[in-house]
Amino acid sequence: MSAGGGLYLGLRISFQTRRWGTESMSDGHHHEELPFWRKYIFSVDHKVIGIQYAVTSLVFLFFGFCLMMLMRWQLAYPGQPIPFIGGLFSDATAPGGVMLPEYYNQLGAMHGTIMVFLGVVPLSVGGFGNYIMPLQIGAPDMAFPKLNMASYWVYLIGGTIMVLSFFIPEGGAAQSGWTSYPPLSVVAQEGQTWWLLGMLFLIFSSLLGSVNFITTIMHLRAPGMTMMRLPFFVWAQFVTSFLLLLAFPPLQAAATLQFMDRVFATSFFLPTGLVVGGAPAAISGGGNPLLWQHLFWFLAHPEVYVLILPAFGIITEIIANNTRKPLWGYKSMVYAICFLGFMSFVVWAHHMFMTGMGNFMSMFFQTTTMIISIPSVILLTALLISLWGGAIRFTVPMLFALAFLPMFGIGGLTGLPLGLASPDIHLHDTYYVIGHFHYVVAPGTLFALFAGIYYWFPKAVGRHTNVWLGRIHFYGSFVCANLVFMPMFFQGMAGTSRRLYDQTFYTHGAAVQDLTILSSFGAWGLGFFQLFFIVNFFVSMFAGKKVESDNPWDATTLEWATPTPPPHGNFLAPPKCYRGPYEYSVPGMSADFQPQGEV
Amino acid sequence: MDKVYEYGWWLPPDVSVHGHRIDLIINWLHWFMLALFVGWGVFMVYTLIRFRARPGVAADYKGVQTHASSYIEGVVALIEVIFLVGLSIPVWADVKANPPSPSEADVVLRVVGEQFAWNIHYPGADGKFSKTDAALVSQSNPLGLVGGDPDGADDIVTLNQLHFPVGKKVLLNLSSKDVIHSFWLPTMRVKQDAIPGMTVPLWFEAKDTGQFEIACAQLCGLGHYRMKGYFSIDTPDEFAKWLDEQKASAATEDDYY
Amino acid sequence: MSMEIRYIEEAHPETGLNNSKLGIWLFLASEVMLFGALFSSYIILRVGSADWPRGAEILSIPMATFNTFALIASSVTMVMSWASLKLNDFGKFRLYMGLTILLAFLFLVVKYFEYTAKFSHGLYPSTNTFLAIYFTITGLHGIHILAGIIVNGYLWGPGSTLWTTKPEMFTNRVEAAGLYWHFVDLVWIFLFPVLYLL
Ligand code: HEA
Ligand code: HEA
Ligand code: CUA
Ligand SMILES: [Cu+2]
Repeated sequence: MSAGGGLYLGLRISFQTRRWGTESMSDGHHHEELPFWRKYIFSVDHKVIGIQYAVTSLVFLFFGFCLMMLMRWQLAYPGQPIPFIGGLFSDATAPGGVMLPEYYNQLGAMHGTIMVFLGVVPLSVGGFGNYIMPLQIGAPDMAFPKLNMASYWVYLIGGTIMVLSFFIPEGGAAQSGWTSYPPLSVVAQEGQTWWLLGMLFLIFSSLLGSVNFITTIMHLRAPGMTMMRLPFFVWAQFVTSFLLLLAFPPLQAAATLQFMDRVFATSFFLPTGLVVGGAPAAISGGGNPLLWQHLFWFLAHPEVYVLILPAFGIITEIIANNTRKPLWGYKSMVYAICFLGFMSFVVWAHHMFMTGMGNFMSMFFQTTTMIISIPSVILLTALLISLWGGAIRFTVPMLFALAFLPMFGIGGLTGLPLGLASPDIHLHDTYYVIGHFHYVVAPGTLFALFAGIYYWFPKAVGRHTNVWLGRIHFYGSFVCANLVFMPMFFQGMAGTSRRLYDQTFYTHGAAVQDLTILSSFGAWGLGFFQLFFIVNFFVSMFAGKKVESDNPWDATTLEWATPTPPPHGNFLAPPKCYRGPYEYSVPGMSADFQPQGEV
Repeated sequence: MDKVYEYGWWLPPDVSVHGHRIDLIINWLHWFMLALFVGWGVFMVYTLIRFRARPGVAADYKGVQTHASSYIEGVVALIEVIFLVGLSIPVWADVKANPPSPSEADVVLRVVGEQFAWNIHYPGADGKFSKTDAALVSQSNPLGLVGGDPDGADDIVTLNQLHFPVGKKVLLNLSSKDVIHSFWLPTMRVKQDAIPGMTVPLWFEAKDTGQFEIACAQLCGLGHYRMKGYFSIDTPDEFAKWLDEQKASAATEDDYY
Repeated sequence: MSMEIRYIEEAHPETGLNNSKLGIWLFLASEVMLFGALFSSYIILRVGSADWPRGAEILSIPMATFNTFALIASSVTMVMSWASLKLNDFGKFRLYMGLTILLAFLFLVVKYFEYTAKFSHGLYPSTNTFLAIYFTITGLHGIHILAGIIVNGYLWGPGSTLWTTKPEMFTNRVEAAGLYWHFVDLVWIFLFPVLYLL
């Protein structure tokens, strides 16, 4: 449904850009004509695939957000019928508009899954990575164009399975959280099997993608584009791809095992002596529920860096461009991001402090967690210091990029009390955790993604977005996002557990109900301000101001050295790279920027 | 009489002996985080205003030349080390790892989570728990106690009602029958996952009496939100009296174990 | 357009690999993580279990030994097929590649008899954790064999037309497929002692 919508939009846009593409290519560069379906549907052009990815994932993001806006009603006004649209729900989900607890759990699990695996990662890696990275390194395409196409289609299949699972008559979609902890997930209804199937497709898709990305970055850089001249965005994609490549397979293994448990009645995650629903379960037993958690977090911790690193990459491009000066500490940022990628494989059990860890384990994982916070501090500090001495242009992408810094700051800082095992005793599985990671993923990563959309839109579409709509979108989202997530820290501090259908059930929860209502209004407000983005996006696509130059932001990196939008094959002549990525305001030059590709 | 405890927008009341050590870390850490955030925030806002684009003023190619930031990063790392080594690791060792042996504890009991309730099992005067067998679990015998086991003759089993005496070391063995739950006593700063197939010891000591709630912190199904129990911290006398009452009421019910 | 994707045929000067070879190595790295995770699960489950049957008591060692030799032989023929291309002998390539595919089929047939023998004795994945992990890992490995058959079959049949137009590229593809095939072989060489002997 939404996947289909995304596909349709993706087609429309790539069709649209292609039309402009042929316009700007009329200066003699002509291709053999490909049939429609090869050009727009089963295209092997990284830019078409990138747009397909981006638009599909935006639709998923919006869908995932809608699920959450529903949940926020139940949280704010537990047990009251949902207004306006309450009558649309079936008796199995929200009879009379009053949401059932099992439906709440479905929405929660699917919100998490959709946002992470179908929204943010496909947008930041599949969308931005695919579209921008080959342009920035001066490559004609990805190393394996057909593989690239396959990864999109596999992703779409996975996403479709996930969304369709809402319509399973018995129990609907998965409802055991995005973490799917067994035994709950094993004894859960059919939706969980679909979830596992969907995940297997999504994992396979990102494996294909990451092989392609790494090969492309290692082999297809233009002459002169050394690793230390790569735009930071490419570095971010490079490290991210390694995380995807090496962290996803254990989840693949885990999903396979859980699939076996559910479908072939094995007991990998089910211990002996399990009693379900008041009667001993008919299983062989002998399994270990914690095994799943280890395999899952071995993926899912690197996964959270998969969510943030491309965002860092986008932010870096935009900050350098809009301060009109080189990045401060490019090299230390590169080392920091590599170290971050490496360390992200050895912190996973900080999600499991409350499973009954002894001294040694907790000491180890607290220590690695504190160590991993240092490269993040270095990255953020370098970006902040880069602002000093600039001539800062407050363009719309820059507004989002600037907001990213303190928002990620709040999210990252609140990771520290969680990373220390002792304070985590109080904070684990409370709304404090929800607040922590939403600050990094929502006003953090999402803002970075918005920044990227506003920044590269003129290149991909050939038209500018509307600045005023963009500003309203920014200020509205900024205020509302803080209204949604700031109260969660206090809620969590008070002791409110997460994934609660009705927190007023508890004394400490009822004491913070006002905050919850505030947070819900923030969420709906946030939804309202997205309308400005959606309108801006579509109207600008067809009626925005045409770009007059191929390099409207006066940027230095190679993607701006292509025609607008870039044709198949990207560059009119093979590009060469002569200098580092951010040579802005070089003393003694008349222009305040010196592109990488110009002598 | 019992004190009245207020719940608000920060940490809930704390009636445990160890809780203030956790609270201290949380509070100090938040001051540190606030200082970092405000420090960088002021720098950022100042920079944005001072270095906004103005006609005729070019950006500075070199930017910041000092290495002050490295020192700041060093200090941040150092403070993290202090929190880690000086506070968090020792507190964990004292309150989570290294449980007392049953003989060192004043009260020993079992808690078994199930969808969606807490079964609480006291060994009675003999200090010995009845044997259990998962195959015997039923509506009327939620813990699967083996009937006729002499150790179980004076056992007490309650549902969602936990009592323990103030000022005594309580050792609690936690497990679950079905899915993973998390045993969460917000006002005692105690949280521990209850995992089927595992029995995890945890212990605590209260410094004050009162009535509070047990919460479940881990998603365990559609009734997760209502998996609430109650705990009461009694004076030792009240606790003994309560145990007697429970024994009396258990004896009047039909004897299934 | 003047630009082509480079390093399809020749090796990149820094990595010393062409695209498909680098790609396949990366893919194999992820496969190592996949089977690594499964082996780790095996160890954790075994260490945590009260009684773990010895594989030899349940499984058929002769069949597995036979299969081990079949796979090793197929790895050898796989190398031979690639070498034949290097020696410009397409006919020999066909022969050795065909043998590789046949040996892989043989492996699956033997595996089929092994599985059905278990089922007929009432031994299913749900019987105990040892059988569960046995069926899961060997099943997954079997899927890898099947994928290898498909890839090799493609290179043997329709894909081989590339030989006439771009022999270098075709040889590289066969080499990449070979790397994959050796890996699948290697996994079995771990599986055999772990599941059957230990
Ligand atoms: C993008 C995603 C992302 C990122 C980047 C992080 C970053 C970090 N995370 Fe987070 N985390 C998640 C996503 C993320 N996390 C998610 C999704 C969960 C929950 C999963 C679930 O259970 O469902 C989670 C949960 C989680 C837990 C488990 C909590 C629990 O369940 O009890 C822990 C514990 O250690 C943790 C720690 C950390 C740490 C130490 C960092 C560090 O890397 C942070 C380092 C950053 C800093 C220290 C900031 C530096 C700031 C400054 C220098 C000030 C700047 C100020 C201005 C600019 C004004 N996280
Ligand atoms: C990347 C990850 C991500 C993102 C971005 C978000 C975004 C948001 N999340 Fe979510 N969340 C999770 C990951 C994420 N979340 C996870 C993993 C969980 C845990 C699940 C679990 O318990 O298992 C969770 C849980 C969670 C909860 C807790 C539920 C509970 O414990 O019961 C809440 C509560 O308010 C919440 C709220 C929100 C809100 C208001 C947003 C908002 O910020 C959303 C804002 C979204 C947008 C602004 C999108 C806009 C898109 C468009 C406008 C596209 C337009 C389209 C075109 C142009 C074509 N989330
Ligand atoms: Cu039990 Cu949640
Ligand atoms: Cu983590």
